[in-house]
Amino acid sequence: MSVSSLDIQQARIHQVAREDLVMFINACFSCTGQREFYSSGFEQRVSIDFLHQYILGNYRLLYVRTLAAGVNHFSQAQILVNLLSTGRHTPPEHRAEENALIRAALHALPSHRAWNVLETLRKRGVNNRRSRAVARDYLATRRDAAFHAVKYGRQLHASAIHAHLKLPSEVGDFLFEKLERRSFETPLLETFRQAQYSAEAIYKLPYSIAEGLAARKGLKREVFLERIAPQMTSHEKLRLQRTAERVGANAPALDWERLPLTRLALFILSTPMSERFQKQEMLEEALRAAARHALRIAPIRLGRVAAVLDNSYSASGSQEKRRRPLGVAIAAHSLLQEASDTYRSFWTSPIDSPVLASPRGQTDIATPLLDALEWKPETIVIVSDAFENDPPRGASEVLRVFRERLDPEAEVTIIHCNPVFHSDDFTLQGLSPYIPTVGLRDGEDLPTMLEFARFASGAAALSELEAHLSSRVAHLLRSPKSRDVADLEIEGDEATE
Amino acid sequence: MTTHAKPITEISLAGLEIAPSQVCGAMRLVPLLRHKAPGDLRLARRNYRDNLTITATSGAPGGRGPHYASYVPHGMVIDWSDDGSPAASHGGQIRRDGSSFNVCGMNIRVLSRMAKREAGNRLRFLPLHLAMEGFLSLFFSGPEIAWQEFSRKFRNNGFQSRWELAMSGRRIDGMEEALRVFEIHEDQVGMLIFIAEEMASAFVVSHPDDYRALHETLLLDFYSELLAQYALLWNTSIPMDLSVKDANATDLASLRAEIGRVRADWGEFHGFMASNLIGRTTISEPIYQAGPFALQRFITSLDPKTENHIGEAIVRDDGMLEYLKTYRLSGAQTRRAYLLSQLAEHGWQLDAAAEALQTTRDELVLRLEKAGFGYILNPQVLAAAQTTKWKQRRIP
Repeated sequence: MSVSSLDIQQARIHQVAREDLVMFINACFSCTGQREFYSSGFEQRVSIDFLHQYILGNYRLLYVRTLAAGVNHFSQAQILVNLLSTGRHTPPEHRAEENALIRAALHALPSHRAWNVLETLRKRGVNNRRSRAVARDYLATRRDAAFHAVKYGRQLHASAIHAHLKLPSEVGDFLFEKLERRSFETPLLETFRQAQYSAEAIYKLPYSIAEGLAARKGLKREVFLERIAPQMTSHEKLRLQRTAERVGANAPALDWERLPLTRLALFILSTPMSERFQKQEMLEEALRAAARHALRIAPIRLGRVAAVLDNSYSASGSQEKRRRPLGVAIAAHSLLQEASDTYRSFWTSPIDSPVLASPRGQTDIATPLLDALEWKPETIVIVSDAFENDPPRGASEVLRVFRERLDPEAEVTIIHCNPVFHSDDFTLQGLSPYIPTVGLRDGEDLPTMLEFARFASGAAALSELEAHLSSRVAHLLRSPKSRDVADLEIEGDEATE
Repeated sequence: MTTHAKPITEISLAGLEIAPSQVCGAMRLVPLLRHKAPGDLRLARRNYRDNLTITATSGAPGGRGPHYASYVPHGMVIDWSDDGSPAASHGGQIRRDGSSFNVCGMNIRVLSRMAKREAGNRLRFLPLHLAMEGFLSLFFSGPEIAWQEFSRKFRNNGFQSRWELAMSGRRIDGMEEALRVFEIHEDQVGMLIFIAEEMASAFVVSHPDDYRALHETLLLDFYSELLAQYALLWNTSIPMDLSVKDANATDLASLRAEIGRVRADWGEFHGFMASNLIGRTTISEPIYQAGPFALQRFITSLDPKTENHIGEAIVRDDGMLEYLKTYRLSGAQTRRAYLLSQLAEHGWQLDAAAEALQTTRDELVLRLEKAGFGYILNPQVLAAAQTTKWKQRRIP
């Protein structure tokens, strides 16, 4: 075999690896294992599980580093469980990095997700020195173990049994002998005990715990919602706006400036149209403020930008992801509006304001795309599930002709963001091979996606993708959330099943 | 009942725009659009939650006249205005319709007439069943001359009862999913349904709002069992693609024109796919004249070699199609109707009909028996035909 044929073979291997990885990371950006408009939850789960197993078996190191790529929480949790249950396959030279990444990623996850990971380990019967150490470290770094014992009692209970956790002072008694103790010294645990008997104590508990107790006590819903409001997280406040109005209580006060962008967009889509008309200006301002807030966390500056946004009927998502694709489109719209010097949006069915959007009508991406191209922007961002039907493959043809004949130098950057994972072929449905397709779970992730689009287009080599992932890994390991646990050593480094 | 409209001789989609299809599994759903619908004819759906509906087609319900019995999940109520002003649809559920009985744990509804006027400008009819009743009552009375070739019962009474089998849309594999993911256009008033690329049904209403409300009733309608089998056998549709001609697209404006051409080509092609219904010669029978609108039922000219449809339509004075619902006959149903029509055309004389069909009398008798009409023939005639066939058998 000559040298050149070896090179070709090597290049082909690299290309396959890059394609596999891009496919996997894209899937991890958008898939949440939930039902979508065009596929069932079962199909989604089977598909994403297979993809995880395939990448884990073939590219373990890159699989680990995906934790740092900014993939969604569902995928991070799944990666963590898969890694912890296959510890014996870790090559010794990468063990330290893998451990550090597992630790950092678990600590960066929202608490309920992290506890669910630890609970899943028990359900799957994964018990090795490393997984026990991970659980122990996670508990040790929680500032307020009592709070976690109250709010995530079931998961902590399961994890404590499974990983033989030594629980701090009263937490053990609280979890295992809740009813026998006459009193606790830790204030929150004592409050929880009292709340079994006294309505007053209920209002000092976290909302999610208080709600069940209030129902058991038969407290009036409107009174309960008003008095518990200070104990709610901002997401809970947002979620309960309409519930509070319905039962006749004052809606919990919200800091409209600092809401997560996509959640706000979904909240707007859940309000009736008449109310959206009334509060249009207020909601638009809230969207802009949320976008500015998101941009402070992940800054990005763009020039002349056009967005082609899909508000066809399929953007209504599913019962599990209600109007999610449309919410993502609205969030992307607000973010791009704030991040660019000149901006225009083009919807598949034209609307006056993103606040008044509703998922209706056929998918005609070709027309708004042509409108956008005529406006001569520097960048076009398309947010769509890419199932076009009026005409079928219309935008695909526009993009092909545009790239082949009208803009061969690729002066206009066009990126397609797809909020929907297509379970049939493990990929995101693409509009055209001429433009990169990236997954998008939250509008706030758009800066990460624009960065990642370079790899999705096939322009960058595998080595560049690896370098990109390494830099993200370094960034994650340096981030403040993981720094406070950096001194803790995982003793169970030699992980065994 | 006076009708002054001419019976329609062909189904025409003039005034409607055919949009590109949406495909899901074996289903190809083609939207039909109408821009600026006048809104002087509105349709609403009336749900019947009964296991069986019995309708008197003439005479009193339960009387000596003929009755039509079927599972009827819903009826249609039309409201119209005579002067072209927008009509208001009052919804289908306001009025009690017929009477409902519970017999042996089964709900039975008894209605009078397939199409019945309920108020000044309101008519209730049973969609598709109206057409099916017309189909079943074809040549119902039998021969006028008592030819001895037919059985005594048939000579005296004609067909006393006839039945056909059809499948609910729910029983058609993939139909529910296809209707769920279908994206209704803003101006959509109708739909052509293809199952495994075979024309299954056409549905048109007058106003886009009505279509949106009635979209899911396509699942409650009935389709021939042939199409249910097609849906199971070929669960994907044939890939079709139209692309932009590169030479024509020199700038964005010409590219836009090309996309418009592609869209128009799709519509034209779907029109071609449905050409066995649209533009085909039909024989129609007026049912009711509602102001400027004529409700009629029709059957396409029967041809056993191709697909045949029955259906009902509402046509405006000026020929504009305002309502259409069709049912594609299965092969066996077509053959039955065709044989009867040939017999009727030749005055129920077996020999003349056999000659017209370029076959022998015995072959025709056997064909009739195979089609399920053995019971209308004189047993001796049938036995003679079978004997002849037995004598002519090829001995290996």
